Amino acid sequence: MRNLSKLARRGGLYTLLGVFAFFSAFPFYWMVIATFKRDHDLFSPLNNPFLFNEPPTLEHLRTLFTETHFVGYLTNTAIVGFAVVAITLATAVPAAYALARWARGWGETLGIGIFLTYLVPPTILFIPLSRFASFFGLQESLWSLILVYPTFTIPFCTWLLMGFFKTIPKDIEEQAMIDGLSRFGAMTRVVFPLAISGILTVVVFAFTLSMHEFIYALTFISVSAKKTVSIGVPTELVRGDVFQWGPLMAGALIASIPVAGVYTYFLDRFVAGFTMGAVK
Amino acid sequence: MGRVEIRSVSKKFGETRAVDHVDLATNEGEFLVLLGPSGCGKTTLLRMIAGIEIPTEGEFVIDGRVVTDLPPRMRNIAMVFQSYALYPHMTVYRNIAFPLAARGVEKGEVHKKVEWAAGMFKIGKLLDRKPRELSGGERQRVALARAMVRDPSVFLLDEPLSNLDALLRTSAREELRQFQRRVGVTTIYVTHDQVEAMGLGDRIVVMSQGKIRQVGTPMEIYQHPADTFVATFVGSPPMNLLEQGDTLLGFRPETFFPADAVEGSEGAVTYPFEVTYLEYLGAERLVYGNVGEKSHGRHVVSRLPGSLTIPLEAGKTYPFAVARRDLRRFDRKSGLAVKGESA
Amino acid sequence: MTSPVPPADTGGGRGGIFDRRETLAKLLIAPAVLYIVAMIGAPFVLAILYSMSNATTGDPSLHLVGLRNFAAALDDPVFRIALRNTVVFTLLSQSIVIVLSRVLANALMKPFRGKGIVRFLVMLPWTAPISLGTIGWLWMYDSIFSPIDWVMRYLGALGTATGILGPQTNLYWLGVPGLAMASVILVNVWRILPLATVIQLGGLSSIPKDLIEAAEVDGASPWRRTLMITIPLTLPIVSIAFLFGIVFTFTDLVVVYVLTRGGPVHATQVLSSWTFFKGIEAGDLAQGAAISLFMFPVLAMAAVFILRLARRTEVV
Repeated sequence: MRNLSKLARRGGLYTLLGVFAFFSAFPFYWMVIATFKRDHDLFSPLNNPFLFNEPPTLEHLRTLFTETHFVGYLTNTAIVGFAVVAITLATAVPAAYALARWARGWGETLGIGIFLTYLVPPTILFIPLSRFASFFGLQESLWSLILVYPTFTIPFCTWLLMGFFKTIPKDIEEQAMIDGLSRFGAMTRVVFPLAISGILTVVVFAFTLSMHEFIYALTFISVSAKKTVSIGVPTELVRGDVFQWGPLMAGALIASIPVAGVYTYFLDRFVAGFTMGAVK
Repeated sequence: MGRVEIRSVSKKFGETRAVDHVDLATNEGEFLVLLGPSGCGKTTLLRMIAGIEIPTEGEFVIDGRVVTDLPPRMRNIAMVFQSYALYPHMTVYRNIAFPLAARGVEKGEVHKKVEWAAGMFKIGKLLDRKPRELSGGERQRVALARAMVRDPSVFLLDEPLSNLDALLRTSAREELRQFQRRVGVTTIYVTHDQVEAMGLGDRIVVMSQGKIRQVGTPMEIYQHPADTFVATFVGSPPMNLLEQGDTLLGFRPETFFPADAVEGSEGAVTYPFEVTYLEYLGAERLVYGNVGEKSHGRHVVSRLPGSLTIPLEAGKTYPFAVARRDLRRFDRKSGLAVKGESA
Repeated sequence: MTSPVPPADTGGGRGGIFDRRETLAKLLIAPAVLYIVAMIGAPFVLAILYSMSNATTGDPSLHLVGLRNFAAALDDPVFRIALRNTVVFTLLSQSIVIVLSRVLANALMKPFRGKGIVRFLVMLPWTAPISLGTIGWLWMYDSIFSPIDWVMRYLGALGTATGILGPQTNLYWLGVPGLAMASVILVNVWRILPLATVIQLGGLSSIPKDLIEAAEVDGASPWRRTLMITIPLTLPIVSIAFLFGIVFTFTDLVVVYVLTRGGPVHATQVLSSWTFFKGIEAGDLAQGAAISLFMFPVLAMAAVFILRLARRTEVV
C-alpha cells in the first residue's frame, strides 16, 4: 500500500515537472520544428504541426546564413558583448571589492545605491540617452550600445561580486599584507585569483545581459547591417505582415540555445554563492 | 633585535575604547603573552602592532624605529592568525615561499629557506599538498613555517592553538615553546586561555576592557595579583574572595585546607567551612561550600590534592584554615591589591 | 640560522598610495560611480527636464513649459488604456507567477532523475533572449498557423458547429482585444516564471533542516509545517521574487512590441511601448518622457520594499 502511494507521488512529481518543462520549452520546440520543416509542410494548416509530414530540410538555414544579415547580427552582438564585459569587469570588480571590504557606513549605503540603479528602467532613460547618442554622433553605431549597456551590467555585477568577495576571509588579505604585499598587491595577487569563480560568473552574466538587450538596440540602431541579433531577428526577418518563418525560427533558435546553456550553468553557481550568504 | 615598545596607545571604535592608553615594552627574545577575556583589547593591540589596525592615539616602536605610520610589510614582523590564513589556491611550498617571493628574493635562496623552515617544523613531506588536504595540526605548522621563513624581528600569534583538538593543543603548546626557545625570536602571543598563558609565557600581560591590569611572570601574576580581576581570572577555580569590612580577603583554593593539615608557624586563620558539594577529579578534589555565618555566608572552594584522603561529607561543617602568608588583601572599591601582612 | 633576508624596505618610506585604505577605496569605486552618475543619474534628470519641456526630435531644445505634458497624457485615452494595461498585466501575471514558481521550486527541491535537463528546459524562457523567445510565441499565436488552434480543431473544440470555442477555424490570439491581452499576460508569466523559481529555490534551500526536523519530531503535520515554518521564513524572499517580477514586467517593452506592437488598436498598449511609440518613433520627446515618468512612483516604492526585505534576508 505504501509503495503504491509512493509510486503515485513519484508519478505525480514527474508529471508536474513534465508539465512545467513542457510549458517553458515548447516555444523552442516550435523553433526547432519550423527551422527544419519545408515551407509547404509548415504553411499547410491541415498538417500536424508537431511532426514532420514531409522530410526535413536545411533550406531555411541556408537562407538565414546566405541571404540575410544574420551572421552580421551575430558578429555585432559578439563585439558589443565582449566590449561590455571588458568595461564591466574594469569598473565592477574593483568597486565590488572596495565595497565588500570597506563597507562601514558610506560603503554599505553606496553599495545599495548602486544596486538600486539597476531598477531604473531603460524606458525612462532611453529618450535622454538617445539625445546623448545623437549629440556625440553615435547613432547607428555599435558604440552607442557599448557605452550604454553597462548601465545595467555594472549595478548588477557589482552586487553579484560583492557577495562573492564577502566570502573570502579578511584574514587572507591581512596575511598577504604582513607577508609583504601592499593593499593593492594583496587585492590583485591574492583576492582576485580566489574570486575567479565570481569573476567568471560576471563575465557570463554581463555577456548574456547584453545579448538579451532589446530596447536600447531598437532605439539606437535602425540600419539593418548594424543590428544585434536580439533586434535583428524579430525586425528584419519579419517584413510587415509577411513572416519568413523558416529563417526566422532558425535565427531565433541558433541565437537562443547556446547562450541559454551557458547561462543556466552559471546560474547554478550564482545561486550557490548567493544562498551561501543567506544561510545562517 | 626584536624589541617592541607600545607608547600610550589607544584605539577607539566609534565611542568604545577597545584599547585604553596602553604602555608596554617587550624584552628581547621573550615570549610575551597577552591574556584576557574576549573583548579586552588584546587582539586589537596585536593587530595594531602588526599594522593592520591603526591606533587612534599613541606610537609603536620596533627596534628603535617608529613604525606607527608604516604598512605591515615594512615592519619586519610575522603573524599567525587564528585561522592560519593559508592561501588556499597555493601549495604548501608556495605558501611558505610567499613572503620571500613578495620581496623578490631569488629562486635559489627561496628554495633554501623554504626547506629550512619546513625542516624546522617537520613538514618537509607536505610541500606539494594544498591546504585543504592538511589536518589542523599540519596547517598550523605551515603557518608557523611561513612566518619564520623571513627571520622576522617579532613574531605575533593570535590564538593559534584554539582551532586544534584538546589533545593536540597540549603537545602543540610544548612544541611551540621549545621552538621559540631555540630560535629566540621575540614572540607576542594572544590567548584567552589562562592555562595556556601560564604554560607558555615568560611574562604575561593581563588585560581587561582595553587596559593592562598587570604585567609579570606567571609566578608574580598568580601569587601576587595586582587586583581582583587578575586574581579571579587567573587560576581555575579562581581565587576565593571574602568580604572583611573595606577590604576583600583573598586566598587560592589550594591554600585552603582542613585545619590540621595546614603548616603554619606564621599562624593561620581558621574558618568553619560548611561543605555543600564535592567533586572528585582524580588528581584532586574540589570542595565547595560556605564560610562565615549562614546569612552572610560566602561561597568558597577548596582544592585538595588526591593524596589528602581526609573524608569529607556534604552538609557537614569542618574547620578549614589558610596560612597567613597565603592571604591577599584587596581594596573593596577599587579592587586593587593592598599591601598588608601578606606581602 | 641561515643568512638574513634583506630587511623590509624601510628607507624612511611611509608606504604609498597603494597602502592607504581610504584613498584606495575611493579610487576603486570611482569609475563605477562616475559611470553611473553620468549614464543613469544625468539622463534621469534630463528625462525629468524633457517631461516638462516641449522638445521634439525636430527641435530638441529645452524650453520648460510646466506640467502640461503630464496633463495631456492623462487626457489621452490611449495613455489611460496603457496605464490600466500596465497595472493589470503586471499584477495578474505576477500573481500567477508567484504561485506557480512556488510549486515548481518545491518540485525542483526533490530528488529526481534528469534534473539537469529539466532545469535547462525550465530556465529557457529567461535564459534565452526575450525577443527571440517571444518569436516562438508569435508562431503559437499566429492567426492561421497556430498550433494551439490546430490542437483545438483536432479535438473538435474549434472549427465545427458544435465546438465549444466556436465555429471559426482560428482564434485570433493577437487580433481580438481580449484575447490579445490574455496572450500578452501569458507570455509575461512564461518569461518571469524561471526567475521567480530560482529566487524561491534559493529561499527554500536556505531553511535550516533542523527546524523542519524539529517540527516533525514535535508532531506537526506537513500542512502545519508549511504554514508555520516554511511560509514565514521564506516570506521575505518570496516577496523579493514578487517585487522583481513586478519591476521587470511593469517596465517591459519587448513582449508587447514583438507580439502586437501595442495593438489591436492599442488594446495591449503599455506605458513602455507607448513611450516608445510617442517619444522615439513619433519624435515627441517631451510627451514620451512624461509618459515614462509615470512608471517612476511604482518603481520607487518597489525599491523601498525590496530594500527593507533585503535587509531581513541579508541578500544585499
